[in-house]
Amino acid sequence: MIRSEQDFKNLYLQATEEWRRIEASMDPVVTVGTATCGRSAGSLEVLEALQESFRTKGVNGSIIEVGCIGLCYNEPLVTVLKSPKPAVFYGKITPKKANELVEKHVLGDTPVAEYALGSLGEEKIKGIPKLFDTSTLKPQVRRILRKCGIIDPTNILHSIAHEGYSGLMRAVQMDPQAIIQELKSSGLRGRGGAGFPTAMKWEFAVGQKSEKKFIICNADEGDPGAFMNRSVLESDPHSVLEGMSIAGYTIGAEEGYIYCRAEYPLALERLRISLGQAEEMGFIGDGILGTDFNFHIKIKEGAGAFVCGEETALIASIEGKRGMPTTRPPYPAISGLWGMPTIINNVETLASVSLIFQNSADWFSRCGTERSKGTKTFSLAGKVRNTGLIEVPLGITLREIIFEIGGGIPHDKQFKAVQTGGPSGGCIPKELLDTPVDYDSLKAAGSIMGSGGLVVMDEDTCMVDVARYFLDFTRKESCGECVPCRLGTKQMLDILNDITAGKGTPEDIDLLTELAEGVKLGSLCGLGQTAPNPVLTTIRYFRDEYEAHVNQKICPSRVCKALIHYRIIPEKCIGCQACFKICPVGAISGEPKKVHTIHQDVCIRCGLCYSTCPVKGNAIEILPGRPSKVEVKENG
Amino acid sequence: MDHRLQSIFAKYRGSRDEIIPLLQAVQEEYGFIPEDSMLEIARFTRVPESKIWGAATFYAQFRFTPMGENRVMVCRGTACHVKGASMILEEIERELGIKEGETTADGRYSLETVACIGCCSLAPCIMVNKKVEANMTPKKVAKIFKKGGTDDTQ
Repeated sequence: MIRSEQDFKNLYLQATEEWRRIEASMDPVVTVGTATCGRSAGSLEVLEALQESFRTKGVNGSIIEVGCIGLCYNEPLVTVLKSPKPAVFYGKITPKKANELVEKHVLGDTPVAEYALGSLGEEKIKGIPKLFDTSTLKPQVRRILRKCGIIDPTNILHSIAHEGYSGLMRAVQMDPQAIIQELKSSGLRGRGGAGFPTAMKWEFAVGQKSEKKFIICNADEGDPGAFMNRSVLESDPHSVLEGMSIAGYTIGAEEGYIYCRAEYPLALERLRISLGQAEEMGFIGDGILGTDFNFHIKIKEGAGAFVCGEETALIASIEGKRGMPTTRPPYPAISGLWGMPTIINNVETLASVSLIFQNSADWFSRCGTERSKGTKTFSLAGKVRNTGLIEVPLGITLREIIFEIGGGIPHDKQFKAVQTGGPSGGCIPKELLDTPVDYDSLKAAGSIMGSGGLVVMDEDTCMVDVARYFLDFTRKESCGECVPCRLGTKQMLDILNDITAGKGTPEDIDLLTELAEGVKLGSLCGLGQTAPNPVLTTIRYFRDEYEAHVNQKICPSRVCKALIHYRIIPEKCIGCQACFKICPVGAISGEPKKVHTIHQDVCIRCGLCYSTCPVKGNAIEILPGRPSKVEVKENG
Repeated sequence: MDHRLQSIFAKYRGSRDEIIPLLQAVQEEYGFIPEDSMLEIARFTRVPESKIWGAATFYAQFRFTPMGENRVMVCRGTACHVKGASMILEEIERELGIKEGETTADGRYSLETVACIGCCSLAPCIMVNKKVEANMTPKKVAKIFKKGGTDDTQ
């Protein structure tokens, strides 16, 4: 139990000693990234292969499981460290390649440049770039993520060796007002999406006199296309617990909740382990760090409702009710959980609080713009080469993120738009690629910063279909409490379904805009107020696509099934019968070694033939619009 | 009250903030929420039964009918969507002969869609029991479900 600053200093020494033992170990150290992304790419099989290989080859060394460094496109990731040489990061490792690494690098002392992504540390290894000099990592500023994929998230000493809990140690020696001052001068704004100044939120709650107060960590990361919080919870859970403890101390709360979605089983598991360790050490519990401050945390599993990311709905859910929002004011900071003052902060906001007190407000605000300070994590996904988790200084442009860090669009396709802010955000077109990423600029572009999902779309993405997709999502997730959201999203979805089904009329576009404005103004909570954003931004920037759907009845991006058709290119078809065999409705005919034909009136446009065709460059093409009558007749 | 329910309740105090955790524990034990368990939760937490029904029916997680041995979840996240998730769903539906929200007649598979698994960088993906299958293609669907190798729950 840590009961004084001296105790903490001793613990820090012990932790750094343990960390140094790994870094300067005479025996080889191998780490494997086993966060959810790594696991889905097969990292557990790689881990097993490594363990097996260590056993059979009698290697004296250790294998450590770490979290996610964010280079998801290269999963599974393995690092080999043989001190004093720099550690080498390897990507796309299979069990077979893992064996090779053990033989060549672990036993043989020769790094395998072919699989290497880069090296860590000062010294340069021939043929391998320094990891943080590569174009993916160079523009990044890693603060929240600095421990992710480096430390073992289930070992609290690894966190402490990297300044973990030193922020709490400093905070509990400060006066709550001084903490608020420090937060204010850091300029931290809520990382959950809306960007409300964190210090102001806390200040409301400090001023409240109440027998009980609560801290809630919002880990209900529901935006489809966003996984930053999952990665942080899986890779560095202590940073969040520390932030909660600081928040509790500041506003005088003795109880905290972490509301994490049930779809994140590994994050929940690692949170539970970390919470146990923090309690054992005395960072959470009674008489924290020798003060008279008590703080306990409960972990709550969400039950699958997107609207529970909204703070009043989240509170209702913890209280055991249907997750429906209530009107604000009163704000939760005045009257929240069980009617008591409650602070709700997002995972990344709390991790940032830890950072501010581990370092300083001044250090924190060195990055960023005038009104958006610090760094922000984003999950980069969709039609971009280097998908993964990134952290950048606020104010960086979308172009830098997508084309430098992200490496551009794969398969030589054209960039079309980037979607920020999930179902509450919008699609930003090519012309606005130089928009700086900060709260205010994104808002001006019609989107929002959101929690940090960035989904890149290329020429093959249909913007009407994207709008329809988001409306389908918000319509399903609308809690049904207020009319504009419940009925408005339904009506908008109906119109979009019609347009994508080829039944749209030119008037539909204006009707859609009018409805969207109404839903935006009339809805009770953030879900409804922002649900029209995907529709409004796609109409604003891609009106021509809507017009092609309703006027010419074609889907220019060749996505909407009712407005496309497939055709076999006779010059390319080799008559292999692969498409003939896989077609589920028998719409393809043709004899072996002869050109095949698709019967347009039978074809259901499922795309199986297209994804099966073995011909280089594909012998099947997707064409915009329905086939002409002649084509149907010829092949029908 | 059956003893399975009793042993679940033994771990709780019966406070209102335990309603959803209790429903989750019941579902974990039975695979779904049996109707009479809601009355018992109501008694245990001293809340009207209607409120328990209200909460249980609000959240997507809760089911009121038994589920198949293997739970197949297709991600409908944004990244998965733009990378062809609907094609994957259709292919699974064809392969298993059921629609989203249904269970196969032999009780082997249940098929559902989820908002986002959070593996967006490896889209499109599906989750079979607790295992995530990444970078799905229609061809891979056939492979996974033909070999029937989905009994490994981890």
